[in-house]
Amino acid sequence: MIQPFEEDEWNVLKTYTDARIALGRTGVSVPMRESLAFRLAHAHAKDAVYSELADLSGELKDAGFDFIRVRSRAGTRDEYLRRPDLGRILDPDSTETLQPSGSPDILVIIADGLSASAVNENALPVLLRLREKASERGLTLGPVVLAEQARVALADEIGSRLNARLTVILIGERPGLSSADSMGAYLTFAPQPGLTDERRNCISNIRRQGLIPDLAADKIMYLIEGAFRLGISGVGLKDDSGGPPDGALISGV
Amino acid sequence: MSYSCTIRGFTYRFEDLRDLLAKASPLRSGDVLAGLAAASYEERVAAQIALADVPLTRFLEELLIPYEEDEVTRLIVDEHDAEAFHAIRSFTVGQFRDWLLSDQADRYTLERLRPGLTPEMVAAVSKLMRNQDLILVARKCEVVTRFRNTVGLHGHLSVRLQPNHPVDDTKGIAASIIDGLMYGSGDAVIGINPATDNTAAVARLLYMIDGLRERFSMPTQSCVLSHVTTTLELIRQNVPVDLVFQSIAGTEKANASFGVSLSLLQEAYEAGLSLRRGTVGQNLMYFETGQGSALSSGTHAGVDQQTCEVRAYAVARKFQPFLVNSVVGFIGPEYLFDGKQITRAGLEDHFCGKLLGLPMGMDICYTNHAQADQDDMDNLLTLLGVAGINFIMGVPGADDIMLNYQSTSFHDALYLRRVLGLRPAPEFEAWLLQQGIMDETGHRLPGAGSRQLVAQFFS
Repeated sequence: MIQPFEEDEWNVLKTYTDARIALGRTGVSVPMRESLAFRLAHAHAKDAVYSELADLSGELKDAGFDFIRVRSRAGTRDEYLRRPDLGRILDPDSTETLQPSGSPDILVIIADGLSASAVNENALPVLLRLREKASERGLTLGPVVLAEQARVALADEIGSRLNARLTVILIGERPGLSSADSMGAYLTFAPQPGLTDERRNCISNIRRQGLIPDLAADKIMYLIEGAFRLGISGVGLKDDSGGPPDGALISGV
Repeated sequence: MSYSCTIRGFTYRFEDLRDLLAKASPLRSGDVLAGLAAASYEERVAAQIALADVPLTRFLEELLIPYEEDEVTRLIVDEHDAEAFHAIRSFTVGQFRDWLLSDQADRYTLERLRPGLTPEMVAAVSKLMRNQDLILVARKCEVVTRFRNTVGLHGHLSVRLQPNHPVDDTKGIAASIIDGLMYGSGDAVIGINPATDNTAAVARLLYMIDGLRERFSMPTQSCVLSHVTTTLELIRQNVPVDLVFQSIAGTEKANASFGVSLSLLQEAYEAGLSLRRGTVGQNLMYFETGQGSALSSGTHAGVDQQTCEVRAYAVARKFQPFLVNSVVGFIGPEYLFDGKQITRAGLEDHFCGKLLGLPMGMDICYTNHAQADQDDMDNLLTLLGVAGINFIMGVPGADDIMLNYQSTSFHDALYLRRVLGLRPAPEFEAWLLQQGIMDETGHRLPGAGSRQLVAQFFS
């Protein structure tokens, strides 16, 4: 039988890396099998970018959470992608929705970011574990805020309107070909509009095949305690909790 | 000074040269985000019509960022060569465009002209050119550089082998290097983006590549793309550093946000030269750039992103670099929205770099939130091949598992060499033949040669 393409002789090297090596070739080109595998991975990533926040209201109610829905000033996904500045400001209607009552220690914001599917998958388990840990420490949680077309810094305006001492925004990260469902958590002490990224701590790669939600919540709580103890967040606050690598600090969401 | 253009009785006014250049730029999301773009299709063409009439000498009089405030401006002004400029001093921007396309403007004439050109003149003329104009003129330019091999000769295409790994695992990186070498990549450089920028980790990678290179007598160069201060420290520790890498941008403040200045780059350049590691030449700086980098750090000073980019080339050319590439689609859709904008920017960057005398390559790439896919990369790859690009990236399967974006692959490089009849750098091609990896026609050889090499790599 004629083989339509040639395998590479160094298939064994695939054990050393997840990179797409030893793909084989037909002429100088990538064989069909690998070409379609790449397309499928890219399709997953694109679908993740255009995915929408799931309706979490049932689950949140069942778990006993109050929640508020808000959206940024970016009206559509395309506008969100072109104008990150609009994703950092609340839509005027949402501004009115946010009426402070008390001043919670921790305000959790669940936001679509660049992959709502990542958040749909991973936010609730992190939230539940975080509530458990918070109540053990006598820390109060505000209502959960569900934010659409949101960038990380939208949490500053939300947190400041609700008089939160600290915000944790759970947000979809930019999808890669190997992971379209990766969530990030950004923590900001004393949120105020206009803060920049060096005032935040980030835990990235939260997903079932990465940093699993329970461990992520533990890391977040470790940072929260540090932030309350030192009265800061960001570059002055280090995550030296050990455990699995939390990935590099990323920005650009 | 203000500029204007009247169309059907309506007069468009442009505040100054900076405003005129921004409004004349082909549409891209970054200029819209910065609030600098033309408000309508008509206004953009009005700006282009007005720009075509601006004398080139005007760019020497009206500086976009003041001399006192910006060392990149001072570099541009202080190093401008009036004698070289003399031949075109009477031209407007529009006449310059026509002349560049004429047969008078041949390779040697353009070479002599380089020191007489400022980045702003080059950016301006590029804004008036169609994609085919950018390709045609770039193709006339030949910029050849040398370290352990010769890159940029007409008829040749080199590849940066980019074997990145999420946690810098030495064996994982070595596996990708072998994969790339077997596909004829790696003649521009074997260049790793490290996951962590600390001296010990970077040194470990440099020793690893240098060991491979020595053992197999590969006529190529290595680089770990760490910050220039890390590289300086490595040079002090006598770690084998071939190319000295740094990301640069087109304003003093943007460079400061990267943690560099002209004097720091000079120090690193001299440190690299002191090692005398090149065998066929001493071009050793490797710079990466990209439209939008100044805006992303808020340091663009009201200058459009393409003009900022070309100013970065003035920084690069000061240091006789071995390689320069724009990382064109990496920055995201808020700067270059889709395949069309990425393609245009890639052709502009290549043209502008080449006209200024830089050994331009390109990271032809996109992120998953941009409106682009591998078909767009194929298109830009082919266009840049026709335009005579010096080198492209070779990433296993085009999927960078550390930086999470898509670029071009080892297969893509072979495609381009095949359809355009391009060859690797001559010294590297000889090595590929000698190792039994390829034959004279650029066809990969199966069997013995490569099997032996793979076995030896991991022994």
